[in-house]
Amino acid sequence: MAEIRTETMTVNMGPQHPSTHGVLRLVLELDGEVIQSVMPTIGYLHTGIEKTAEQKKWQQVIPLVERMDYLAAQSNSLSYALCVEKLLGLEMPQRVKDIRVLIAELQRLASHLIWIGTHAMEIGAVSMLFYAVRERELLLNINELIAGFRFFPSYIRIGGLREDLPRGFHDAVNAFLDRFPGKIDEFEGLLTKNDIFRRRTEGVGAITLENAYAWGLVGPIARAAGSDYDVRKYFPYCGYETYDFKVPMATEGDVYARYRVRVAEMRESVKICRQAIQRITPIGAWACDDRRVVPPPKDQVYSEMEALIQHFLIYSQGFTVPAGEAYVPVEGPRGEHGCFVVSDGTNRPWRVKMRPPSFMAIQALPGVVQGGLIADVVAVIGSTDVVMGDCDR
Amino acid sequence: MDSSAIIAILQPLVPGAAYEAGQSIDSATIYVPAGSLVATCAALRDEPRLRFNVLVEITAADYLPRDPRFEVVYHLLSVPNKLRLRLKVRVGVTGSVPTVQSVWRGAGWPEREVWDMFGIYFDGHGDLRRLLMPEDWEGHPARKDYPVQIRKAAQTYEPLEVSEAEFRANIERDRVKRAH
Repeated sequence: MAEIRTETMTVNMGPQHPSTHGVLRLVLELDGEVIQSVMPTIGYLHTGIEKTAEQKKWQQVIPLVERMDYLAAQSNSLSYALCVEKLLGLEMPQRVKDIRVLIAELQRLASHLIWIGTHAMEIGAVSMLFYAVRERELLLNINELIAGFRFFPSYIRIGGLREDLPRGFHDAVNAFLDRFPGKIDEFEGLLTKNDIFRRRTEGVGAITLENAYAWGLVGPIARAAGSDYDVRKYFPYCGYETYDFKVPMATEGDVYARYRVRVAEMRESVKICRQAIQRITPIGAWACDDRRVVPPPKDQVYSEMEALIQHFLIYSQGFTVPAGEAYVPVEGPRGEHGCFVVSDGTNRPWRVKMRPPSFMAIQALPGVVQGGLIADVVAVIGSTDVVMGDCDR
Repeated sequence: MDSSAIIAILQPLVPGAAYEAGQSIDSATIYVPAGSLVATCAALRDEPRLRFNVLVEITAADYLPRDPRFEVVYHLLSVPNKLRLRLKVRVGVTGSVPTVQSVWRGAGWPEREVWDMFGIYFDGHGDLRRLLMPEDWEGHPARKDYPVQIRKAAQTYEPLEVSEAEFRANIERDRVKRAH
């Protein structure tokens, strides 16, 4: 039989392809169904947030950074707030730390729910998205309760929180925590032993731990390949060292291992949330008492001249931050969310830089999918859980 | 481990490099001359007492009136030793920094982003194109002398026009190709 001559075909996947999680564009070179080369192109969602932040006052940057990784808004604002607080030398009351831990873990659950929904939908289990979004709705309701916003609550502020917890917060969180573990069982019942799901994910898109580190990947992708690195354990912040939780790990490094790690992470997050909600009293300190940053209580503002002046200054000029620089990492849903802030001693940041975990994951994508099938690209993108807002900023 | 302890470990491994401990309130900070950056990074990665195996990120900051103007900042993480380190390289507008892709493969895109945003050139990079901005963008937006609000006319392109003679020639060329 004469040898069939084939030519490679170049396929443009994205930037509007629904399975590329936003506006990621992949230029794929295919030989039949086998991928010869991949060239990711990013930048379609670049909005210059870091540049804009240099024009804003310190506190005004919080809503901006929340819009970077829009599925993990409060991981961004937490790392930024911790970073500026480090420059200011502020220490938070224990209750604020516990509320921040609770909010960060609820945010992780919300982000992982979108991940499990879209990831399963893209490889065929369409109904998963509806089950996941139904649970996420409850978390968005909690956001609405505490801040009035559902996506970008801006509840974590420099110097503490925006205001005290509302009435009904504990009931809403407890109701969610009672309900959710059963829902994780349902998700697992649908996927973990599902033959179709396993055939699409096992042995697909594997990455070794050495390669993951070389590409700068930490977080769930590295933990699925055998790493135990978790910022919450290695460099604890907000008192994570006082919580009892495990860091889920797997060793295969493939798409299925990432799935198992993230599902186990959801169970651990529920454990942390339970411990946190028990520590949080319904009423108490919701900000530190540093008058440079936190305005005085309203009754003082109305009765004392000094308090009125302080209130006016904080809301008109903002506060200044001592010159210096700091990098504070937090464990976001996608890995290490770090914030690097440079201050020149004025009331506006000199430079704000977020360390984007999705950016590093997309950079490593070609090495993971090359030589595989085109259908696996969708599974791999879903399993790396990239958010283009985080990547392009 | 503070800056001076790390410098004491590095100094015998990279002879002749002039390190300088930087001011810092969190992790150790070391200024590295651009000339010995790659040797320093390789030593930081391979020395058993340090083992900085993850390059967390590369960024830069523009301190405009200062000379040299930029500081390229490398955040490193050592998972085995639970260490963090900030490396800094001072560089001017005309200067350049060697790429560290030979040490950490993941340095490619962060370096491209720094080139895109600040216009800092990385020697030996191999693929130093724009990453976040469009390919035909002018200027480097994160520089302090780059305006925040910029009015730039939308880019338009003429429609592709083919004359009748060219059209016929194209068809004829295809036909010749197919015949062979």
